[in-house]
Amino acid sequence: MTILAALLFLMLVGAIIAVETTNLLSAVISVGAVGFLLSIAFLFLGAPDIAITQLVVEILCLVILIRATISRDLTAVSGEREFFGMVVGVALVVLVALAGIAAFEQFPPFGEPVMARFPDDAPSATYLAEGLDRTGAANIVTAVILDFRAYDTLGEATVLFCAILGALALMRRRARRQRDGDETEEGDAA
Amino acid sequence: MNDPHAKEGMSLIVKTVTRWLKGFLLLYGAYIVLYGHLTPGGGFAGGVIVACAFILVFLACGAGIGHRTLGRLAASELDSAGALIFTAVGALGIALGGVFFRNFIRTPPEAHFRLLSSGVIPVCNIAIGLKVGTSLFMVLAILSAVHVAVKGGRRRMVRRREDKS
Repeated sequence: MTILAALLFLMLVGAIIAVETTNLLSAVISVGAVGFLLSIAFLFLGAPDIAITQLVVEILCLVILIRATISRDLTAVSGEREFFGMVVGVALVVLVALAGIAAFEQFPPFGEPVMARFPDDAPSATYLAEGLDRTGAANIVTAVILDFRAYDTLGEATVLFCAILGALALMRRRARRQRDGDETEEGDAA
Repeated sequence: MNDPHAKEGMSLIVKTVTRWLKGFLLLYGAYIVLYGHLTPGGGFAGGVIVACAFILVFLACGAGIGHRTLGRLAASELDSAGALIFTAVGALGIALGGVFFRNFIRTPPEAHFRLLSSGVIPVCNIAIGLKVGTSLFMVLAILSAVHVAVKGGRRRMVRRREDKS
């Protein structure tokens, strides 16, 4: 519990530095630090699957952000902050914080899952009790995401696939040049 | 030594360490993918590690050798193959079990905790690993091929000149 509080505090510090600094490289590294601390927090909360995924995705994001964009693109932050935008932002943060406080009061205490209160009615009880026999997978997380909830995973895979498809279609070069050529030809024909 | 790409990328030390490390990285990614149904991990995490291995080669040895290791066409074909395998498993679930994504290979209780268990889940893991690994490699390949520059007072995405693909 103390470790989690310390991790949370460090994550808050990292997030504030990321927002406040004017150097984009420092901001990206601060966001990366927040991600790594989150990965450690997942490990202490007993979710090694998510911890591994968070760690490797964080490494990949840092590498891509630093190598592929920051060292090449325009990264200068210029101009003053708009007053109206800042007021709206602060108001939204206060609103979301109030809603969050109200929501967290409804939560069960930390470390006591809802399942412990209603052992027979919780949906996850079925998965835990029968997951191994029905799927044969020893890792219950994989059993849920690839067997009981495989349709969700198909949706996630489709999102990734479409994102890459769109990026490839936007960044290609040959087809655009051909289309430019076609346009002139069509202009001649018309 | 007449390799035109030999001078690209980082220093000799980085390239040598990359040559030693890339095999282990690929092996670790394949392990995370293949044992996803037994130990923490799975297709997504393992696929990202595989992508990291290719990105290491891409960054250390330069874009020329990086594209030769895993070309953009090969990457998009592997990506599509992963998506097709995953959808085919779902469709086979309808054909053989009556329900989309039905696990149509039953696992007897004595096969639990073995590598060959849990029916179609390892197949799905491999398909997702292929998909995620190649997709995330393509993210870096695409992003490193274009950059934002000011042309005529406006910010535009332009291709870097050394990228001849």
